[in-house]
Amino acid sequence: MLVDLLKLSWAGIKHRRLRSWLTMIGIFIGIAAVVSLVGLGEGLRVAITSQFGFLGTDSLTVTAVSPGFGPPGQGAVNPLKDDLMKKIESIQGVNTAYARIVESALLEYNDNQRMSYVGSVPEGHDRKSFETMLNLNIETGRLLRDSDKAKVVLGNRYSTEDIFGKPVEVGKEVLINGEPFIVIGILEKKGSFIVDGSILMNEQDAKELYNDDKTVDLIIVKVESEALVPQVQENVEKLLRKERGVKVGEEDFQVQTPAKALESLNQTLFAIQLFVYIIATISLVVGGIGIMNTMYTAVLERTREIGIMKAIGARNSMIFLLFFLESGFIGLVGGIIGTGLGFSLSHGLAFLARQAGFRLIQASVSPLLIFGSLAFSFSLGTIFGVLPALRAAKMQPVEALRG
Amino acid sequence: MKKSIIKLVKVWKTYKMGDVEVHALRGLDLEVMQGEFLAIQGPSGSGKSTAMNLVGCLDIPTKGTIFLDTHDISKLTESNLAQIRGRKIGFIFQQFNLINTLTSMENVMLPMMFQGFSEEKRRKRAIELLELVSLGDRLDHKPKELSGGQQQRVAIARALAVDPDVILADEPTGNLDSKTGDSVMDFLNKLNKEGKTIVMVTHDDELAQKAGRIVYLKDGQVITKEDRK
Ligand SMILES: Nc1ncnc2c1ncn2[C@@H]1O[C@H](COP(=O)(O)OP(=O)(O)OP(=O)(O)O)[C@@H](O)[C@H]1O
Ligand SMILES: [Mg+2]
Repeated sequence: MLVDLLKLSWAGIKHRRLRSWLTMIGIFIGIAAVVSLVGLGEGLRVAITSQFGFLGTDSLTVTAVSPGFGPPGQGAVNPLKDDLMKKIESIQGVNTAYARIVESALLEYNDNQRMSYVGSVPEGHDRKSFETMLNLNIETGRLLRDSDKAKVVLGNRYSTEDIFGKPVEVGKEVLINGEPFIVIGILEKKGSFIVDGSILMNEQDAKELYNDDKTVDLIIVKVESEALVPQVQENVEKLLRKERGVKVGEEDFQVQTPAKALESLNQTLFAIQLFVYIIATISLVVGGIGIMNTMYTAVLERTREIGIMKAIGARNSMIFLLFFLESGFIGLVGGIIGTGLGFSLSHGLAFLARQAGFRLIQASVSPLLIFGSLAFSFSLGTIFGVLPALRAAKMQPVEALRG
Repeated sequence: MKKSIIKLVKVWKTYKMGDVEVHALRGLDLEVMQGEFLAIQGPSGSGKSTAMNLVGCLDIPTKGTIFLDTHDISKLTESNLAQIRGRKIGFIFQQFNLINTLTSMENVMLPMMFQGFSEEKRRKRAIELLELVSLGDRLDHKPKELSGGQQQRVAIARALAVDPDVILADEPTGNLDSKTGDSVMDFLNKLNKEGKTIVMVTHDDELAQKAGRIVYLKDGQVITKEDRK
């Protein structure tokens, strides 16, 4: 019975006019906003924490950014040259400076793919202190050496969690952005998904993989003591302004303590999220009222039909369900379109963000998010359909037949 | 002795239009016997349709009692009435009253759906019935794609869908030319011979003569044939 009513109400919505579809724009916008936001949020979190999350308070990070604020992609980012390290290391109070290439990567194993990111490990005498700083320990296999080529060390989760259908083992070959690499070691579990999900390779390999041997994504500056951090920060900024030929206030780079970087990004993120959620809520309410209006119109237009159905034995509850479900379907269709828009939007924005220099940002619209937003939009439709459906159910058959 | 299937006793139906009360029925007594073919005639506004709606459990009286197989149904709720008419009564209307967005098949299947028939059974019976009214080749046509006579035949098939005891037809030939009207009438006669109780409102004296019994209404009451003049 319920299935039949579902079919009948689905048939009902196919006969709608364009006008009633247009009233659903609010649903499109609201759902699209939520889906793209949630989809991007996860990607942003990964990006931010993987850049800065694991460094101690006695370090600074240097990144290139587009000058000033503005829409992403507005100005091309002038990347950091890899000759900067030597110069930074000569600053008073600096212990070492590591260049890092941090790029998103498509990891493939056992015919399954997974978005992840590659982090480069500095070569030569920097290697040891870098490993100490990140507190990297090996669980199986070994860490990288200078002589390694096309070899990688993977985070712990690839060998323990069910990601590729079977665990990755030392000695196996994986594809990174389509290039073959041999896994030589698995890291100890850290509990931080940044380290546990990372791919480590030698700097030279990373440069070749990303076709770039002159620039780096991130410079980590290790300062001799925490007390010296503010002063070193100032000096590094001075150096970079000179090197890159920019004036005070027009910097196209950022020198930050990891904590500070996280904090400011989180604040911006929170403000954006709040704004989008408010917009989404307003759109959804407007969309819901649009659905209600559409349904009232539908009930009026189909008064005679309601009378006929009652005359041939439809009970009030069936008429109610018919319009209630139909309203849900309108919400669902709005939700499908909105989810599609949100999916494209989050991937589009992530793409733009990557163009603007935030290289690690990946949108991830999970099946759960898709299912959740579809279920939500169906429920929204039904909620706003209750009153019109009640009106339909309560019609007197004789009067309704009169039309 | 024939048994009464629907009986209206001193039934009043009053509509309030602002301060004015319109009495569509004034103490109407009407008994429909099982298996008969009853024609109702009378001038426009005499209360024929109102009476039909009460006989068909589509409406409840303002005053008076209605018995269906000896059960008093005049005080039942709309949902209970819907259940009764869904099982026991098939309607045929002057304006056909098919659902325009559904095909012939779907229209005929609808009453069976409301009664919870299985999909398979609904399909099978709908095809049988549409073939019975010679529309076996119009199963997937929408009402707009059918002639008036064809639409009325779909409506007849729909009225027969749940195999009801009583068929109520309010001017079933009113929107049809006389030839098509005759064939609808012949069909109703055939159904009556097969045991269905039929009540039909008609303005057409010739058609009424083909029914088993004629009742005349005037001003919401039954009058005798002699009073008619
Ligand atoms: N919903 C209503 N509200 C007010 N008055 C009504 C209503 N329905 C019927 N009436 C009145 O009741 C009286 C009987 O109407 P009814 O439709 O039963 O007549 P009828 O005999 O079927 O006429 P016709 O031959 O024209 O179809 C009429 O005077 C009509 O105006
Ligand atoms: Mg009438």
